[in-house]
Amino acid sequence: MGAPVFDRVKSDLGALAEDSAVSHGVLVIGVAPDGVLPLVRALKNRGFDMFLDVTAVDWLGQAARFEVVWHFYSTTDKVRVRVKTRVREEQPEVDSLLSLYGSAAFMERECHEMYGIRFRGNDDLRPLLLYEGFVGHPLRKDYAKEQEQPLVPYREGFQ
Amino acid sequence: MDMRDLRLPNPIKPAFDKPTSDEHVIVNIGPSHPATHGTIQIVAELDGEKIIRTDVHCGYLHRGFEKECESHTWHNLIPYVDRLNYCSALINDFAYCAAVEELMDVEITPRAKYLRTLLAEYSRIADHMTCIAAGLMELGAMTAFLYLVSIRDWIYEHIAQVTGARVTYSYGRIGGLARDLPDGWIERLHWILGQYDDFVGRVHGLVDRNRIFIDRMRDVGVISTADAISYGYTGPMLRSTGAPRDLRKDTPYLAYSELDFEVPVGIKGDNYDRYFVRMREMDESVHMIRQLVDLLAACKGPLNVDDRRCTFPEKEHVYSEIESLINHFKLVMDGPRVPAGEVYVAHEGANGELGFYLVSTGEGTPYKVHVRAPSFVHMGGAHKMLNGYQLADLIPTFGSINMIGGECDR
Amino acid sequence: MSDKVIPIRPEPTGAFEYISTKKDELIGWARKFSLFPYPFVTACCAMEFMAVSSTPYDTDRFGAALPRFSPRQSDLLMVVGTINHKQAPILLKVYEQMCEPKWVMAFGACATSGGFYQNYATLLGVDRIVPVDVYIPGCPPRPEMVIDGIMKLQDKIAHERHPILTQRF
Repeated sequence: MGAPVFDRVKSDLGALAEDSAVSHGVLVIGVAPDGVLPLVRALKNRGFDMFLDVTAVDWLGQAARFEVVWHFYSTTDKVRVRVKTRVREEQPEVDSLLSLYGSAAFMERECHEMYGIRFRGNDDLRPLLLYEGFVGHPLRKDYAKEQEQPLVPYREGFQ
Repeated sequence: MDMRDLRLPNPIKPAFDKPTSDEHVIVNIGPSHPATHGTIQIVAELDGEKIIRTDVHCGYLHRGFEKECESHTWHNLIPYVDRLNYCSALINDFAYCAAVEELMDVEITPRAKYLRTLLAEYSRIADHMTCIAAGLMELGAMTAFLYLVSIRDWIYEHIAQVTGARVTYSYGRIGGLARDLPDGWIERLHWILGQYDDFVGRVHGLVDRNRIFIDRMRDVGVISTADAISYGYTGPMLRSTGAPRDLRKDTPYLAYSELDFEVPVGIKGDNYDRYFVRMREMDESVHMIRQLVDLLAACKGPLNVDDRRCTFPEKEHVYSEIESLINHFKLVMDGPRVPAGEVYVAHEGANGELGFYLVSTGEGTPYKVHVRAPSFVHMGGAHKMLNGYQLADLIPTFGSINMIGGECDR
Repeated sequence: MSDKVIPIRPEPTGAFEYISTKKDELIGWARKFSLFPYPFVTACCAMEFMAVSSTPYDTDRFGAALPRFSPRQSDLLMVVGTINHKQAPILLKVYEQMCEPKWVMAFGACATSGGFYQNYATLLGVDRIVPVDVYIPGCPPRPEMVIDGIMKLQDKIAHERHPILTQRF
């Protein structure tokens, strides 16, 4: 559906979009963690004005454990682009997109509290969906689903 | 009387706790507040009645949707998906099922396509109606609330005739739908749409040119198109600023390419525009439903695609053939095997772009299910619409954002 | 010395108990038909709460129509929807700020037991932190079930003791 558009996008991005392919209607570009900000800047100049989402996938057991995934949408070309990178568990850091898009504020906060990914350049990484005092990152595969951290002590009869 | 230590912890850390001037006051609004729809806390610094800056806190309805989905099969998590945007639950169902179908390379039948589109538009009407009814009630227009909630109740009972439930349905299935329409459903639909025209006409008459309504909603909560796009706004929020972006027109899916409908846009991006865009979108949805009734009547094929990877076999076969029995057993116990890969599919939800990012490793349970929730993204930019206005303007502005807690906090 | 037990008080006639019971019935009747709910609304059950408050199910028929969004002015805490650990301190604070007599209604499966969200985020039932008087199951419960729950609560209130002056009366 967006094949000619994607060819134009790939040629406009040039060397930045080397590792790219079209999958289920979305152009997927793989990049090294340090190359994210230049690539996104080029995407924004190319017309991808809406930053949809950032999330991470936890590949527990692999050396580059976290795969950080960004989605962008172009309101003029009406196509989507996915940018992926891999970071290691010891240094889960990527650059923040706060300087380019306002929606990065909330979404990076959520990705940080759920997976522990740090975003350089975003100073406000307070918990958003979780609460102060929550220890750990629940969406990591080694966090047990039922492990609760209650804030209020339970009544007698409940452990 | 139990003597637990009742010094309760504060679950949040506000961005500011000292006012910028001695004349200002910091006030906490929510999270248990009638107008914040139950689950948002806004810490506001006020100069008299004027809001200087706000800090929006969500997360009071975080129910661990993503973590929960990782331990359920692709079918079993459909009830969780329902409870994201619980005002228009069918749209969530169909968007998720469409994402899995994209990953499995399954194409639904034409009848399922038309019926999904019809029910999605029906749900959109219920959602907009809830938003407008709650917004008007918060302004004091109780009669309009009662009119709209009456129709919404008829819609709920009507959908219960086909899905079995009033609010959260679990009706979508991978490869089609749970069951087909019962007899007499379409006649009742026409009656309800007739009542809709009548009641919504009354609400227009009460509210549209009402001096108080215009004073409270016009030029309040204004956001520009550039700001809206920068903050990731989609749906009626973006359309109220004047940008005619609608996924049903831009990237058509389901049966939208065969339907004739307009995309209403606003002028200024204020609360009045958002109210009016939602009212006009409801009218467009009714127009689409009327077209879809004719398209459905002409399409008598099967409802579910005949694909053993995802569709449950008929009960007669399950009880008489061993292959169907094993197929049914595998689908229930292990879940449908979805090929390894990832997909991002977005539908136009009632609030905007509702996207599902699914990661599969070839099992019957997902590796990751992530929702791009429009309400969550809208909360990220809410401070742009609240700062600089009066405290009393916070209520209608917040109501017009239509923040649904289940979607925002997941 | 004889073992005759000398009673300290004269034989009780039952007059105090009779008056106390009648007083309890009167106060119970008054309280059960004038419930002021505090709708602590969070999630999808809110849709059914809105439906049960409006036509055609109307809680006004039971006297429980007027919501009071201040805990100082309400007596029935309706916990509508899922409560998670972040919201739990707020729920407890609201409950503690309400004056006696107060009742708590757990509206929906999530308030009763956490529903089907059995994970790190959800409080598995509101009765872990506040005492609950009536549980209304359902996800979300039909309005008829909510009305049934309100009527059961009214029965409970009618047959409860209502001490108003001292601990015994």
